[in-house]
Amino acid sequence: MSLIAALSPIRRVLGVTFVRQSRNVSHFTYQPDDKAPIEGEKQKMNMFTAINNAMDMALAKDDSTLLFGEDVAFGGVFRCSLNLKNKYGGDRVFNTPLCEQGIAGFAIGVAAMNVKAIAEIQFADYIFPAFDQIVNEAAKYRYRSGNTFDCGSLTIRAPCGAVGHGALYHSQSPEAYFAHTPGLKIVVPRGPNKAKGLLLACINDKNPCLVLEPKTLYRSAIEDVPLGYFESPLGQADILRVGGDVTLIGWGTQVHVLRETAEYAKRKLNVNCEVIDLVSILPWDVETVCNSVKKTGRCIIAHEAPVTNGFGAEIAATVQEECFLHLEAPIQRVCGWDTPFPHVFEPFYLPDKYRCLEAIKKVIDY
Amino acid sequence: MLRKLIGQFFKNRHQDEYIIKVTSAVSNKNVKNFSSEVEFEVKDFKLHRIEDNGPATKVSVNKDDALKFYRQMLAIRRLESASGSMYKEKAIRGFCHLYSGQEACAVGMKAALRPGDDVITAYRCHGWTYLMGASIAGILCELTGHIEGVARGKGGSMHLYAPNFYGGNGIVGAQVPLGAGLAFAQKYRGKNGVCVALYGDGAANQGQIFEVFNMTKLWNTPVIYVCENNGYGMGTSAERASANTDYYTRGDFVPGIWVDGMDILAVREATRYTVDYASSGKGPILMEMATYRYSGHSMSDPGTSYRSRDEIQEVRQKRDPITSFKEKVITAGLVTEAEIKTIDSEIKKEVDEAIKKAKSDPGINVEELTWDIYCKDDNLKLVRNVVPHTELPHKRFNKAQNV
Repeated sequence: MSLIAALSPIRRVLGVTFVRQSRNVSHFTYQPDDKAPIEGEKQKMNMFTAINNAMDMALAKDDSTLLFGEDVAFGGVFRCSLNLKNKYGGDRVFNTPLCEQGIAGFAIGVAAMNVKAIAEIQFADYIFPAFDQIVNEAAKYRYRSGNTFDCGSLTIRAPCGAVGHGALYHSQSPEAYFAHTPGLKIVVPRGPNKAKGLLLACINDKNPCLVLEPKTLYRSAIEDVPLGYFESPLGQADILRVGGDVTLIGWGTQVHVLRETAEYAKRKLNVNCEVIDLVSILPWDVETVCNSVKKTGRCIIAHEAPVTNGFGAEIAATVQEECFLHLEAPIQRVCGWDTPFPHVFEPFYLPDKYRCLEAIKKVIDY
Repeated sequence: MLRKLIGQFFKNRHQDEYIIKVTSAVSNKNVKNFSSEVEFEVKDFKLHRIEDNGPATKVSVNKDDALKFYRQMLAIRRLESASGSMYKEKAIRGFCHLYSGQEACAVGMKAALRPGDDVITAYRCHGWTYLMGASIAGILCELTGHIEGVARGKGGSMHLYAPNFYGGNGIVGAQVPLGAGLAFAQKYRGKNGVCVALYGDGAANQGQIFEVFNMTKLWNTPVIYVCENNGYGMGTSAERASANTDYYTRGDFVPGIWVDGMDILAVREATRYTVDYASSGKGPILMEMATYRYSGHSMSDPGTSYRSRDEIQEVRQKRDPITSFKEKVITAGLVTEAEIKTIDSEIKKEVDEAIKKAKSDPGINVEELTWDIYCKDDNLKLVRNVVPHTELPHKRFNKAQNV
């Protein structure tokens, strides 16, 4: 036995080893969808390949479609646009300078001429220089012009969420900032099938859409993806596990944490959880969520973004308004803490299955 | 007496300075009634990284155009005066920025644009909307929030639209990247059009403008950037706000031209040059229009705390784009006083009728509060109300004209 191994029980007590070990393992276990969205030939794909496949289809389907962003001509930092420049040419798939505000404004202008624009912001953390353009221009173009002009053929993609080592500026989940803006649509996929379907739906949708892709799923999430064209409906949540005791709501990577938690709760506490992937942050599926909570009487919302003013707050407010007399316990939010996204403390920051299980215990025992 | 002297001064000045030749063959005696095209010399352009001689300084204008330009400039001036008074009467509320003093910029540029060229500008947009095809009534109705406004009363002063006119814009500088995108789409769709993206000297310090200078130069995008330098970004003079007030040079690698923005013929000539430049595949180009606004920045700014009344008066007397053009073309014998008077009364009538309409039209129905937020109502059929369980319907009014 090495010296380090010998010391490990002591270090574990001090909490040191826990940090070291957890940093090297993922905080979630990816679970593929039970059923493919459409019939037909399928291929095993990870999420970046599925996104690549979706953009390939969009570029082939409509030759007005453009794809641009930082380094996308070379495939993009996460390889989502791999080979698309070779296939469709530098006129349609091209690199932009590193200037997010300019990229967003440029994309809105392109889209205002009814050209389908897919703009990539390299990380969701970099989207803030473009915040003004997205919130003030993209979202309001239709309304303020009395539907004279719009930029509905705009889709912005941005990788978001925890990745194990991203630290402050490569880990954030900014969905709630944008959810405060009528006129936008926001979706977060949980895996390859959803990523392909949602992206194609957003590209085809006549409203400016924001696709926030959990970057940790790009490679780790693998499932059978149909090779044909399909869209996943925007504004519609998915019930991934049916249960009668507690409703668990999440999106993106957190869905997998919740699915694991649900198993864990069944095993340890004999509690049947219903797991809902919200999928679409704006507009969000109030009906599916509230019907579930009316059935279970207990509601837990979990997301990586900080708890204060996270999108969970909006869900909690609506649920208490709609389901007040059905609630058996206060709604719980299991979220990131109100701190900047920490580097070394990432395992403590994330709403992992243990914290989610605690919340289940709490609502059951209430 | 004094008036006569001043009149004489202007007459001489214009004759010496501007009239080069009368192109139609008529006797000097009858010059006032029969000339159909006259050549003038405009103020020298200043050039930045322009490889040839730049726009011509000898420009000619025919009678029809002269009358048209006068009519358009006057219409904008009267429209703005009406907006100002209706604002003071509280018929127009909110934000309102007037274009008076800058008319030659828009009218001169529009004169050189071709059908299919696009324009996008900032919030001082009433004049541009008119030039791009909206009626004076359509604009005033928009300002009073009434249903026959160009955006059904939902946009208001800063958000006016017309065909090929992608709007006024309330966010300082934000329209410039959009203009770059519009120009890119023009080129991508093989339309051979250009996009004119306008901003003020205040917005010239916005970072995003430099971002798109770079992008459009890299990609040879047919965009014409126009910095309308009226001397003041809100209440701060250009000198106090910009380390370099030669705005025509601030695109660095983007070629630029300084233009006397108070002379419509100079503006038209420079714009012709830039349209040729941009649409021939050479990429973006920048014009600085040296101009002046008579009003304050907005209606809440009397416009006299950061500049003197004398300064404004001096511009009105010596550089006013409308009176100087009028004197020029009358002196040259291109148009008559009587023709000018006819236009004056026609415009007055048109504006008066528009005011009446804007004040009398029914306001937009409150149910439209929740319309046109999204394109379809398929997954947003209802919008929350302030009172629970009384959701409001979300609807789509019509098809957008760019689709």
